[in-house]
Amino acid sequence: MTIDAATVRRVAKLAHIREPEERLEPLAAELSGIMQWIEQLGEVDTDGVEPMASAVALSLPMREDVVTEGGDAGPVLANAPGARNGFFVVPKVVE
Amino acid sequence: MSELTGLTLKAALAGLAERRFSAEEITRAHLAAIEAARPLNAFVLETPDEALAMARASDARIAAGEAGPLEGAPIGIKDLFCTKGVRSTAGSKILGNFIPPYESTVTANLWRDGAVMLGKLNMDEFAMGSSNETSAFGPVVNPWRAEGSNRDLTPGGSSGGSAAAVAAGLVLGATATDTGGSIRQPAALTGTVGIKPTYGRCSRWGVVAFASSLDQAGPIARTVEDAAILLRSMSGHDAKDSTSLPIAVPDYPDFVGRSPKGLRIGVPKQYRVDGMPPEIDALWEQGVAWLKDAGCEVVEVSLPHTRYALPAYYIIAPAEASSNLARYDGMRYGLRADGANLNAVYEDTRAAGFGDEVKRRILIGTYVLSAGYYDAYYLKAQKVRRRIADDFDAAFQTVDALLTPTAPSAAFGLGENSADPVAMYLNDIFTVTVNLAGLPAISLPGGLDAAGLPLGLQLIGRALDEGALFTLAGAMEKAADFRAKPRRWW
Repeated sequence: MTIDAATVRRVAKLAHIREPEERLEPLAAELSGIMQWIEQLGEVDTDGVEPMASAVALSLPMREDVVTEGGDAGPVLANAPGARNGFFVVPKVVE
Repeated sequence: MSELTGLTLKAALAGLAERRFSAEEITRAHLAAIEAARPLNAFVLETPDEALAMARASDARIAAGEAGPLEGAPIGIKDLFCTKGVRSTAGSKILGNFIPPYESTVTANLWRDGAVMLGKLNMDEFAMGSSNETSAFGPVVNPWRAEGSNRDLTPGGSSGGSAAAVAAGLVLGATATDTGGSIRQPAALTGTVGIKPTYGRCSRWGVVAFASSLDQAGPIARTVEDAAILLRSMSGHDAKDSTSLPIAVPDYPDFVGRSPKGLRIGVPKQYRVDGMPPEIDALWEQGVAWLKDAGCEVVEVSLPHTRYALPAYYIIAPAEASSNLARYDGMRYGLRADGANLNAVYEDTRAAGFGDEVKRRILIGTYVLSAGYYDAYYLKAQKVRRRIADDFDAAFQTVDALLTPTAPSAAFGLGENSADPVAMYLNDIFTVTVNLAGLPAISLPGGLDAAGLPLGLQLIGRALDEGALFTLAGAMEKAADFRAKPRRWW
């Protein structure tokens, strides 16, 4: 699969990473090289094979539906780029 | 290297228990070695004040007869582990000056057992790399150099700081993590021992996530027994990680020194790849001979889907990474760039905070998960992953462990493989299969190549059978009698 500059622009948008226009062509070439190498997976017969999502065969553990922690606004906000009155401060979301 | 920094972890623990030296003394010796070794760039943060406070507390516990299994042993922590109150960066700019308000379970286990933290170790950004060159703090330099050369070599990656620090005698042991080979490949390139345990042995809680279904912590140490001592403390069930295995941790050091007589070892023929240096092939043959001498039966086995492991990995790992790394949006912690609106802030933050390799993997992951490609790539890779795991299941019907080389080359020059991403990815050709299947594997030094650089051998075990790996690696370590040390140039 060849990836073109337009595809890189679209994927970068989806990934929320700004890529300047002059980077789109070089990135398209790099990603195409990687994806072409990956294409060899097509050689593997996977008909009827169950996809493997985890190396652990256990079902997810359950726990009591109770509050185990909380009330830690101070530590939670300690690394925030912006915080005020116990809340995160973020750029305007709704105009 | 002073007398105290040249000890094995086991010898250091014995010396501490017998009060031949104090935790403070051995910690100071290591802090001095770290300061003298700054050209290696192994540490991204030295924590001498914390180290001395922890050492004094250890001395008090030793005096009170309350010593833990690692009491007073100074170690290093890969910067992927969150350490409460101590900056943790994952080797990235995007985490900025992130100071975790909590401790990872693995490091908490080590402190519970009395270990002393010397500092945080350099690594590839978000553990994505095989040469330490993707670190926002610059590459670690391998303490080993080729004979007659002063060229800087890579210690491997992503746990390059951990491996270099252990090899250079800056720490008695170190934590590391392994998503596709990041414990074992650097161990091989630095003449150290590294084990990736079975997926689920070590809690991932508080370890910055790369690819959650593959990430697993483990130690790097100077001997097989030291690795067993560290892994015993690091492992154990943790309710805070839903994939943590709710089973007891065996007494790993007890497996070292047992006879491997009667164990059946498989040599997978698909691991003999084109272009592999003849010295690595020769070392592999030597490893077979050592195991036969120790009473093992060695047979050839087939793992037919081996060559598809790396391409499958480069769908699965980036897909999981693109999802995990979506959390770095500049809102709650880490770097935040200025921008005209919310989307601009997101995009500029992530453009400024992530390095090129991380961006590349996020883009691949986003692409293979995007509408129209999910089945063709992601689902296909998960099916191939099942095939690879099934290959191992079939092999382990007839053998107890597998022997392979760890890496396809000895340490290479910094900058040598960084132009071509796929060439760099091939470093993990022998290690990545195990992550996909969730199996344990250990790398130990087997010998030196013609240039005097260390080469590693890998043993792969059944799920949960780290014990057999420690027994086999212990026997091979004895036979190899690997005593070479990097000549100090720093």
